[in-house]
Amino acid sequence: MRRSRTLVLAAVAATAALVLSGCDSSKGGSAAPSGSAGAGGQDAATKGIVNASDHKGGTVTYEMKGTPDSLDPGNTYYAYIYNFSRLYARPLTTFAPGPGQDGNKLVPDLASGMGQVSADGLTWTYHLRSGLKYDDGTPISSKDVKYAVERSNFAPKVNSNGPTYFQELLVDNATPYQGPYDDKSPDGLKSIETPDDTTVVFHLKQPFADFDYLVSAPQTAPVPQPKDDGAGYVKHIVSSGSYKFQSYADGKEAVLVPNTNWDASTDPLRKQLADKIDLKMNIDQATIDQDLIAGNAQVDLVGGGVDPQTQAKILLDPKLKAKTDNAYGGRLVYMAINSHQAPFDNTDCRKAVQLAIDKVAVQTAEGGPIRGQIATSVLPPDIPGHADIAPFATAGNKGDASKAKDALKACGHPEGFKTTLIARTERKAEIAAATAIQSQLKTIGIEADIQQFPQGKYFSDYAGVPNFINSKGVGLMMMQWGADWPTGYGFLQQIVDGRAIKDSGNSNLSQLNDPAVNKLLDDAGSNADKAAREKDYAAIDKQVMDDAVIVPLTDFKVFLYRSDTATNLVSTSAFSGEYDYLNIGTTK
Amino acid sequence: MLAYIIRRTFAALVLLLVVSAVTFGIFFLLPRLAGETADQLAAQYIGKNPSPEAMVAIKKNLGFDQPLYIQFARFIKQLVLGAQYKYGPDATTCHVPCFGYSFKNHLEVWPEIQSRLPVTISLAIGAAVLWVLAGVATGVVSALRPRSIFDRLAMSVSLAGVSLPIFFTGALLLFLFSYQWPIFDKLHYVNFTDDPLSWARNMVLPWISLAFLYSALYARLTRSEMLDTMNEDYIRTARAKGLIERKVVVRHGLRAVLTPLLTIFGMDLGLLLGGAVITETVFSLQGIGAFAVAAIGDNDLPKILGVTLVAAFFVILCNLLVDLLYAAVDPRVRLS
Repeated sequence: MRRSRTLVLAAVAATAALVLSGCDSSKGGSAAPSGSAGAGGQDAATKGIVNASDHKGGTVTYEMKGTPDSLDPGNTYYAYIYNFSRLYARPLTTFAPGPGQDGNKLVPDLASGMGQVSADGLTWTYHLRSGLKYDDGTPISSKDVKYAVERSNFAPKVNSNGPTYFQELLVDNATPYQGPYDDKSPDGLKSIETPDDTTVVFHLKQPFADFDYLVSAPQTAPVPQPKDDGAGYVKHIVSSGSYKFQSYADGKEAVLVPNTNWDASTDPLRKQLADKIDLKMNIDQATIDQDLIAGNAQVDLVGGGVDPQTQAKILLDPKLKAKTDNAYGGRLVYMAINSHQAPFDNTDCRKAVQLAIDKVAVQTAEGGPIRGQIATSVLPPDIPGHADIAPFATAGNKGDASKAKDALKACGHPEGFKTTLIARTERKAEIAAATAIQSQLKTIGIEADIQQFPQGKYFSDYAGVPNFINSKGVGLMMMQWGADWPTGYGFLQQIVDGRAIKDSGNSNLSQLNDPAVNKLLDDAGSNADKAAREKDYAAIDKQVMDDAVIVPLTDFKVFLYRSDTATNLVSTSAFSGEYDYLNIGTTK
Repeated sequence: MLAYIIRRTFAALVLLLVVSAVTFGIFFLLPRLAGETADQLAAQYIGKNPSPEAMVAIKKNLGFDQPLYIQFARFIKQLVLGAQYKYGPDATTCHVPCFGYSFKNHLEVWPEIQSRLPVTISLAIGAAVLWVLAGVATGVVSALRPRSIFDRLAMSVSLAGVSLPIFFTGALLLFLFSYQWPIFDKLHYVNFTDDPLSWARNMVLPWISLAFLYSALYARLTRSEMLDTMNEDYIRTARAKGLIERKVVVRHGLRAVLTPLLTIFGMDLGLLLGGAVITETVFSLQGIGAFAVAAIGDNDLPKILGVTLVAAFFVILCNLLVDLLYAAVDPRVRLS
């Protein structure tokens, strides 16, 4: 699902836990408590809620390096925006607040209950809660949910950042649906029906067991069609959540204030604690870290963890270390190999790269074991279906130049070749890892030129645009991926399914289109038997490794610093180990 | 005097037009000379995988299918009269002054620059006041007492100022005064009109770090010029006439030093108004420099073009003001 955006799931879980385990938990609502409040200590937020409080008021400041792909819930694919957007955009379902794996529990949000699936598995029906309103006081209709799915999945020219699961799964019109901006017909996509204002029905091409997970994406958060002007919608997003936009300045700042038309009785998850939420963009990571330590900011929005130099400082200071959270987040750090770029269209050339890389050096460049364990396959250990396989194992994970050179000979380039390796400018650890890989590849004769691109446009304009990648000779791409939802399908489909390749906003960076993988995904998606599905995911993992298009580097671990002034902090697996952003308040 | 002002202003306007033409040529002519087709050029403006419809829309909006001089005339016309772009579901208006439209972010360029101008102007002007006062005063005192303890100390400090990069001094100031001793903590830009005191409080550290570098340069320059000037015959004559030393220094010595100082000041201030990239980055200020960096990172050509023109405008404007000040400082300028 999300690109290093493991965020989405955990937020709701944390919130509910806060509500129920905090001192005023009895008022909290229906979400089940899944963690206990804690005063602190190392990894405390991975086991419970830290600084649980219902204290209202103050400004919660989020800071982020770079800019997001978009704050538009229908045009984003970063986990931290999946997480953050729930403050102003309620999807049909979301994840129950809770620490760690407890955060993976799915609960209804905009919908009053989970989806009702037909006997043949092809129809999913959701009923909206009653009394839902936008921030302007107008009622939320099921038609707005339908429109939100149409605009986010069927208009790639306007909203290209997000995944297109719905477009791939829903039955298309007789004449292929062109999206709401080009197709002005009143029916729109006929496979989404809205028989009344509170019911939305999805008709699928084939059964899909994870559909309740799928509708947890912000793409199902309602958007009123009259207020949507395409790419400009991000400048005046209409809120269905507990906060609304007071101001938005592209690349600089977004300020959210309580949505007075949000009704707590329609929402058992959100608390609306802060008087203001201030999101500051383009802040240097070192400054963010300092602000967190000083208590000037409450959250690092991107949630990737502190800078390497801050990490060193924290690890040497027991008092600071006690305020950190280090956990797996269902994220894989990897390097995608462009299977369409010669000579990487030859499997042996890809194998040469797999064998040449010293993963210990890469791990060190990324911050050491505390920031990730060495990975040998695609599926992370905390995703069901994971099997311990290591098709390209080398002694001590340090790479094997001899075997790599043999692979180069087999692919017809014994002397090596030149290629381009790309990474995200704002991500120092990613750049460091790319640099380590560059030097390792050089030892077998592969000259990789490193180019950097901004994370906000990495997928919409660069790595995620096959035409760009193929025309610029890009063979290798640094990548980090977290599951869209905590199943094998939620992790694998967007990055290995050949039918998920998009002209822009593509996540299958390798452009892998292996019929065997595609078929296994179809089988798994439609199989009602959980054990059989997980067997399929393990088989997909093995097949993708055999294709050698993904070089698994590390299973990412977040290393977050908890601000003293933030309340209700809980690190959740649902959002790649980030804190759940739904109910963070402040003592300031 | 009036004729001089009119002449210089007119020259500045012509220069601005020339700079616009050159900048425009760099963005639109050079790619053509390098062999880029109109389609390739248009694709750069879209950024992501361009659809044929989007390509046609961009080419039509920007006139890529027309001769370059018409494109330039259109560019100037849009700057003065605004423009309408048809791209996406609805037509978009680019209001006057239309510096272009970012098709990647779907934003007009000028409002984006305009919203960042107060930050950069605050930074540049505040720092300039500091460095001129500190630099010139230090330079004068050092020149009047050459090889004194003050002179040696001041020149050593100024050498450090010249040598230490802003990303070091800025980070050091932040560490000391924002985090270690939180006198200036939680820095964020506040509009002068909203709260002047808060504005100044939040800008003090950026001003100091920028001024530290420039005041060092100005101190050394002032000292050097003053040393030469104070040995001139007319200074001896002034003293011989019985003028008190303060008048000798200020009216005769410093005035002569002002001309070269003004020249370099105009250039420095103009350049800074075009964006103090490092200072803005260190202090997370969302000014023109940070905007330019982001635009370059995004390869967003309309934004880069817009910020280039604005930066050029400030350089020309500051030099025009310097030219006019010359006339006030040095009567010989008017005669020439």
